[in-house]
Amino acid sequence: MSKQLNRGDRPRPRRSPQFKATLGSLALTATLLTGCAAEAESPTLTWYINPDDGGQAELAKRCTEAANGQYRIETSLLPRDAAAQREQLARRLAAGDSSLDIMSIDPPFIPELSVFLEPVPDDVAERTTRNTLDGALAGAMWQDELVTVPFWANTQILWYRESVAEAAGLDMSQPVTWDQIMEAAANQDKELGVQGAPAESMTVWVNGLIESAGGRILRNPGAPADELELGLTSDAGREAARIIGTIGDKGLGGPGLATSTENDSLTQFQTDAGSFMVNYPFVWPAMNAAVEAGTLDQSVLEDTGWAVWPRVHADRPAAPPLGGINLGVGANSDHPELAFDAIECIVQPEHQTYYFLTNGNPPSNSQAYEDPRIEDQFPMADTIRKSLELAAPRPQTEYYNEISTGIQQEWSPPGGVEPDTTPAQTQEFILAVLRGEKLL
Amino acid sequence: MSSTTANRRGAHAAEKRPKQVHSDRVKAERRLGWYLAGPAFIVMLAVTLYPILQAFVESLFSLRLTAPDESQFIWFGNYITILTDVVWWRDLGVTLLITVITVAVELVLGFALALVMHKALKSVRGLLRTAILVPYGIITVVSAYAWFYAFDINSGYINSWFGWLPFISEDTNWFAGTWTALFVIMASEIWKTTPFISLLLLAGLAQVPGELTEAAEVDGATWWERMRRVIIPNMKAAIMVAVLFRALDAFRIFDNVFIMTNGEYGTEVLSLLAYRTSITRLEIGLGSAISVLLFICVLLIAFIAIKLFKVDLSGNTGDK
Repeated sequence: MSKQLNRGDRPRPRRSPQFKATLGSLALTATLLTGCAAEAESPTLTWYINPDDGGQAELAKRCTEAANGQYRIETSLLPRDAAAQREQLARRLAAGDSSLDIMSIDPPFIPELSVFLEPVPDDVAERTTRNTLDGALAGAMWQDELVTVPFWANTQILWYRESVAEAAGLDMSQPVTWDQIMEAAANQDKELGVQGAPAESMTVWVNGLIESAGGRILRNPGAPADELELGLTSDAGREAARIIGTIGDKGLGGPGLATSTENDSLTQFQTDAGSFMVNYPFVWPAMNAAVEAGTLDQSVLEDTGWAVWPRVHADRPAAPPLGGINLGVGANSDHPELAFDAIECIVQPEHQTYYFLTNGNPPSNSQAYEDPRIEDQFPMADTIRKSLELAAPRPQTEYYNEISTGIQQEWSPPGGVEPDTTPAQTQEFILAVLRGEKLL
Repeated sequence: MSSTTANRRGAHAAEKRPKQVHSDRVKAERRLGWYLAGPAFIVMLAVTLYPILQAFVESLFSLRLTAPDESQFIWFGNYITILTDVVWWRDLGVTLLITVITVAVELVLGFALALVMHKALKSVRGLLRTAILVPYGIITVVSAYAWFYAFDINSGYINSWFGWLPFISEDTNWFAGTWTALFVIMASEIWKTTPFISLLLLAGLAQVPGELTEAAEVDGATWWERMRRVIIPNMKAAIMVAVLFRALDAFRIFDNVFIMTNGEYGTEVLSLLAYRTSITRLEIGLGSAISVLLFICVLLIAFIAIKLFKVDLSGNTGDK
């Protein structure tokens, strides 16, 4: 810089305004660089979070304080929709964005993004999965390796109106089957809360049914696109089609079934037509908030019961849907070690408890359920925990999006699903798309 | 544009006097033209030509964003996959249907609105024009959500307000059927863009000389005869420009479909197919090929309009 100054000292009257501008910008750059140098002592880790009720931002703050100046965690918001979150993460990762230090990732997208993720060090893996529930752990693995750290785990449980179950003569202390709740809804002239829209929720439903019937959508996870084997045409696939087709055909899901998502199911459950509903635990805080706001009658809340997801076969435990968020570190991150340090802080059991209590997202760590406040606020916590132990992940493959979209297109609307044709058509369609012979 | 005009002038001059040498003034004007238009021209090349060329090159590859190492040159394989798939032709059909119906309805409604604005009393003219323009000022995504929530079976009010109509009931799920969903999508599109077409037509209407209509009136022509034989023929250029602009716009429809149905239940359009293939599936090669085909379709529409229907784009601006 001093060299530049000396050059500028030479008399060049005509260029003096330009010189002043250069000098100004150099001075500014120098100031900025000095500022950066001061901050370089505590690197900033960016955590790309899915939208929530402020819980992840609070955890970022707590872990920044706990780091004692070793690093600072800043959050950056991803889109609300899970598929849009995947799109943004995939594009940033593929472009080598080094700001992806920590990412909140939905489990089904992990295999596809795993090539861009920093491997979880063995010691971190050991410490962060000590008490992780089986279902949540399965969702964080890819090809027998832990590629992300389980943070919180979501699962669907069966919500029901006690009055309807009682009138139908169902003993809800025992596991119930899909056929039983379908019959109960039909007899009582009520509607079932299921998600029939051509959206991710449809794949969640189909996968839950097939896994509960003892089958698998994808038989050889990890195989290349043109060698993938699907199990949609199995007995389990046909049974899933029978259940979905019957609900659609007999109008058991109500008139809005073909466009119904999780929020629509909740709205329907709260009306007089509500009977049984498969949905995530967010339902409970949402209903409580509605009662407080005066938009829902207290009696509906008091009439609400819960149980583990319905079985497909009476003699086989259900495999409920699994969701949630795992934390991954981008391979291009400038501070992978610090990022894993931060993740260890974020996922510790007391933080998971805090996150459940304030944001309603269930912990993936069994230890986090031991806090007595959880039972007070979420009386169904034990059911959620049991469900997470039984839960099965959706197909784990880099081509998840093709499989999921193929199912959504062929199984919606539910009224058109036929056990003899739909699974076979879906299988043929998805395999043709994967071979690059068809558009999706 | 100045250089084009200069060239045209030069060309005319060359026909008459073959050996004419340009004067310094003409040369200076040309130079100035390039200085003025050059930077914009370069920017245009950078932001349009470069991406188009890159999309074309990528369309020749089997390329997935999450597996860049497995990229393979497959010549026109992607184009064959697309053009032999029923999905492409179905989406093209839906896109053309939306284009034809919305443009036709907008033209009729827009013309009626233009007449109202043209004939309105001076005192209410400003207010009327503002009122008509309000839908056009609303962001498409916002208007799409407004229409979606109005017709949605759970939150909408249309079913209860219009339940007395024979084909609407409390249980009508508008977005679960192809035709009902397309009806809402097209209605929203028409509501949103009719003001645009009416403005273009109003400009055309204002250009029709008053003496002609007065003369026709004196000769005893009825309102319909004046409209058919005097007004419409005189504003043909404005009508064709309005149709061309709206057709190109409607052919690229995206927002309304994306928000209301995301292309499900047979409502997918070509822009959405390109989006879902490139952005959602991350199949850059296949998605680029769809985009290139979409671009060719748009070029084709413009070509048909300009060459076959002789739309004179410069006529409307007086740059003749």
